[in-house]
Amino acid sequence: MSTLVYEKPESLYDRKTHYCPGCGHGVAHRLIAETIDELDIRHKTIGIAPVGCSVLAYNYLNIDMVEVAHGRAPAVATGMKRVKPDHIIFAYQGDGDLASIGCAEIMHAAHRGEDITVIFVNNAIYGMTGGQMAPTTMVGQIASTCPNGRDPLKEGYPMQMAEILSIMPGATYIERCAITDPANIRKTKKAIKHAFQRQLDGENGFNMVEILSPCPTYWRMSPVDAKKHITEQMTKTFPLGKLKG
Amino acid sequence: MSEKVLMCGNEAVAEAAIQAGLDAFFGYPITPQNEIPEYMSRRMPEEGRVFVQSESEIAAINMVYGAAATGARAMTSSSSPGISLKQEGISYLAGSQLPAVIVNMMRGGPGLGNIEPSQSDYFQATRGGGHGDYYHIALAGNSVQEMADLMYDAFDLADKYRGPVMVIGDGILAQMIEPVDVFAKKRPPIQTDKSWALGNLKDRSPNIVNSLFLGDNVLENHNLRLQAKYQIIRDTEVRFEATDTEDADLIVVAYGIASRIASSAIRKARKKGLKVGLFRPITLWPFPAKPIAALAGQGRKFLAVELSYGQMVEDVRLAVNGASPVDFYGRAGGSVPTVEAVLEKIEENLK
Ligand SMILES: Cc1ncc(C[n+]2csc(CCOP(=O)(O)OP(=O)(O)O)c2C)c(N)n1
Repeated sequence: MSTLVYEKPESLYDRKTHYCPGCGHGVAHRLIAETIDELDIRHKTIGIAPVGCSVLAYNYLNIDMVEVAHGRAPAVATGMKRVKPDHIIFAYQGDGDLASIGCAEIMHAAHRGEDITVIFVNNAIYGMTGGQMAPTTMVGQIASTCPNGRDPLKEGYPMQMAEILSIMPGATYIERCAITDPANIRKTKKAIKHAFQRQLDGENGFNMVEILSPCPTYWRMSPVDAKKHITEQMTKTFPLGKLKG
Repeated sequence: MSEKVLMCGNEAVAEAAIQAGLDAFFGYPITPQNEIPEYMSRRMPEEGRVFVQSESEIAAINMVYGAAATGARAMTSSSSPGISLKQEGISYLAGSQLPAVIVNMMRGGPGLGNIEPSQSDYFQATRGGGHGDYYHIALAGNSVQEMADLMYDAFDLADKYRGPVMVIGDGILAQMIEPVDVFAKKRPPIQTDKSWALGNLKDRSPNIVNSLFLGDNVLENHNLRLQAKYQIIRDTEVRFEATDTEDADLIVVAYGIASRIASSAIRKARKKGLKVGLFRPITLWPFPAKPIAALAGQGRKFLAVELSYGQMVEDVRLAVNGASPVDFYGRAGGSVPTVEAVLEKIEENLK
């Protein structure tokens, strides 16, 4: 007898992706889609695609979606959740989107304790625009706008958004995960599911899952080395685990 | 209910919006429109509807974007510097074809300017204002009553044409207290197809609200659809009020509070035997170009009066297209033209 070991979630389209080989966005999409299917919330979930490499997330997630201006996803999510409190609203954001241009929007959505979920895909770089420095770029990391490596005295230290947000009373669940190996990918899925479940249960508060995600192209690494880089280097600056909730 | 009560423009606009079926209000404080969010913060919860004081005007317009994407009637209000911040969001609303209402109670600029009345955001309100090829309907009243009345139209037009609609006043109309019946134009919201709205995904493929269009000609085709819509609006939604223009030797063109000053000056001029009329655009976009063109020529002169250094006058000149001389008088930066100064300008033109 054969057993089914792999199946495409209903909430994911069967499409070729535009993501680079080894990119973490595709995995993050799949984890969201699986979660939506497993919680049976496809009919009442609205996703928000950011500006960044995942701007086309609506081409992959088979659910109602909106594409919004750079960094504004938490404000858009606020408007949605307030008029559709019975819906699961999630914003999908990159680190440039969330930590740089959208810093005010993410801080205040957390501050107000909006009952939304933010999936924060942190690849420590601006992928979409060609590998520029992000607020999350690691010390010493080379990017197209810090060609000699990030100098913290000139460009500041990497911004730890999960830590910053977790001190706010309005934020009730914050966890940092990584898309590196099966164990961590499973943990990431569990975190996403927990965040969505909180919305489903009507638990008050802002929740965010930060996902350390490889960008082999602009890290100038092989996909395998990029994952190793997360485990060995990035997690020193961005430690994994639950920060709140 | 058709009793008149005393209300300032801000409060009348707010209550009319609620009566027009507003589901959600998002705003950030800025003078001279603060009574709108203040009023909403009290009244919206009473009605079981949404009020959020946002962290910025950028956030407010994006909250509007989110609420509107689910099919809700959403609105924000601000004044000039805040409206500049909203332009990114207004461009996205236009591109994504989402209905929304934005109130601008204009104040002096540029920069922080001051908190006095002004009409210096005309260019911004009538040329799209943000990036890309788009327009939005811009409605300008000249009394507290008309500002309230226009709110019903604003929401219906936003729904009808799936796009942002701006209602424009100024520091005077915002603060001025007049007798008003905010229910005067109350009616059930127009019923439009909202099958594009997000949420309640059942027995259909997913909806996507989006202003990104990649691929050969995809954006061009989208833009051409927007342009076709704008042409329908130009053809069908022009509104204006023409008073004593038929026999006029001089037609004063003025909107909003400037038209109140102009009509006082015109009354005095008529008493002096001067044949002067008033043409008052109510839609700033679409501008009533054809009705003005029809009045041009025939030895007639035009005078645009504004609380700016000459913004609407450009549209008057385009409409007149050389068939009549077009003069301009305006003061800005918080100063308001006096009736006497406008009368003087009228007399100078008819000498
Ligand atoms: C207002 C505005 N500024 C700048 C851009 C250009 N831009 C597009 S994507 C992007 C960076 C995205 O980086 P990130 O959020 O880290 O996501 P990633 O692409 O790495 O997934 C920028 C700056 C834009 N589209 N809009």
